[in-house]
Amino acid sequence: MTDSSDSPERYSPLHAAHIAAGASFTDFAGWQMPVRYSSDLAEHHAVRTAAGLFDLSHMAEIVVLGPEAAEALDYALAGRISAVAAGQAKYSLLLGREGGIVDDLVAYRTGDDRFLIVANASNRAAVAEQLLERCSLFDCQVFDESDDIALIAIQGPKAYEILSQVPGVDVPALQELKYYWSTPGTFRPDTANADRGETPTELHELLVARTGYTGEDGFELYVAPDVAPVLWDALMETGRGSGLVPAGLASRDTLRLEAGMPLYGHELDLRTYPAQAGLGRVVNLKKEGDFVGREAVEAGAPEGSRVLVGLVSEGKRAGRAGYGVFARAGAPSSTPALVEEPVGTITSGALSPTLGYPIAMAYVDAASASDGAELFIDVRGTRVAASVVPLPFYKRETAS
Amino acid sequence: MSAPTDRKYTKEHEWIDIEGDVATVGITAYAADKLGDVVFVDLPTVGSTVAEGRVVGEIESTKSVGELFAPVNGTVREINDAVVATPELVNSDPFGAGWLIRVAFTELPELLNYDEYTALVGE
Repeated sequence: MTDSSDSPERYSPLHAAHIAAGASFTDFAGWQMPVRYSSDLAEHHAVRTAAGLFDLSHMAEIVVLGPEAAEALDYALAGRISAVAAGQAKYSLLLGREGGIVDDLVAYRTGDDRFLIVANASNRAAVAEQLLERCSLFDCQVFDESDDIALIAIQGPKAYEILSQVPGVDVPALQELKYYWSTPGTFRPDTANADRGETPTELHELLVARTGYTGEDGFELYVAPDVAPVLWDALMETGRGSGLVPAGLASRDTLRLEAGMPLYGHELDLRTYPAQAGLGRVVNLKKEGDFVGREAVEAGAPEGSRVLVGLVSEGKRAGRAGYGVFARAGAPSSTPALVEEPVGTITSGALSPTLGYPIAMAYVDAASASDGAELFIDVRGTRVAASVVPLPFYKRETAS
Repeated sequence: MSAPTDRKYTKEHEWIDIEGDVATVGITAYAADKLGDVVFVDLPTVGSTVAEGRVVGEIESTKSVGELFAPVNGTVREINDAVVATPELVNSDPFGAGWLIRVAFTELPELLNYDEYTALVGE
């Protein structure tokens, strides 16, 4: 976390809606965000079977604008952003000169000369600073618009059905919107909500993206902060009958873990090379010209670097972030303890709500990283057997 | 869910219901809420000796792990098999069906009363 503890607490424009919905709050990168409303398990299952509504207004939105915006981002980020079509989005990385990961982010091309970079709340300052510096070499401008953009995500198999029926929401290209594409839309609050100070005739702009962080189909809606509460209520009112529930950060974490998606600060950090995290494909070494971190990434991760794997166990006891992973079951307690170095460390772990067994992501030595490798997690003094499996743990069934 | 007035409490957010020389122990609604959905409960074996303040079990939620401390010295008389099979009882009925262990104790330590506990959690 980059925010210092003495910085004031920040509140989402949806804070009042969360309080009304009975949310418990947690500090996330200096923001007071809903951790759960009633039950994190119920919220998790709702996203897998119906839909969940997430407030992601803490996330950072940085706009890069200008004739050389695409070239600037080819230099600033690890992927070939200039190859992204207008309307398309791309998951990418902002690397440090040493090849480590400053942040993982999504770059949306919202016009020929305009990109919206959505970064983690905890890395807002670092990303804004780096983009400003790196893009200064090109004919473009960088604006940190995080304070002027709220973000609501609707995720789950019923997300499309619900979003397409919200009164006042007009997204002409919604039906044909493909995964990792975005499209403009508008929102004219229903007259029933006019008492909130919205004039019924006022039309608000939306950016609607088919992206998410749950492993389900879904949309992310970028909207002005003052419009967000009315849109949130309209989504809830439309979706409630279809099983839509507000969902907090606790369920978001178990959902993304099942989907094998890395979380900055857990699976990714400045000391982690993309290839270690299984993100080698995100770095485009074939693209022309230099980009920040290229030389270090081409040199490769240091010898002996650990790699990210999935681990599954039986029973109910989950390995948690920071727990050691060992090659052996451990000596019987009657014999003197041998000094045994762990072969890895867990970065995220939970009893999977969807699968019913413990899952974890861990960095382990290359020798222990092959699929099917039998390892042991030290769960508070007890060695729990675990097998290396390919990520993700959960993949939704897609209609073909 | 508010805490019952007729029980004793600890700073570790456990409640103790005393009947004769047996203490029934559970965690408070405040603790259950802080943990989130409980998915696994590990309790001591019946007949084992427990010492006040020592960890004798675990209450695990999707997000975190809570420790169960023995609030008294004594012997575990009974554990709640229902809560082992259905850990969500800790959330749905923390002061009732979500009880955890019964301990036969020899003497009672200093415990918080209802007023002291509610002051502690700011209710």
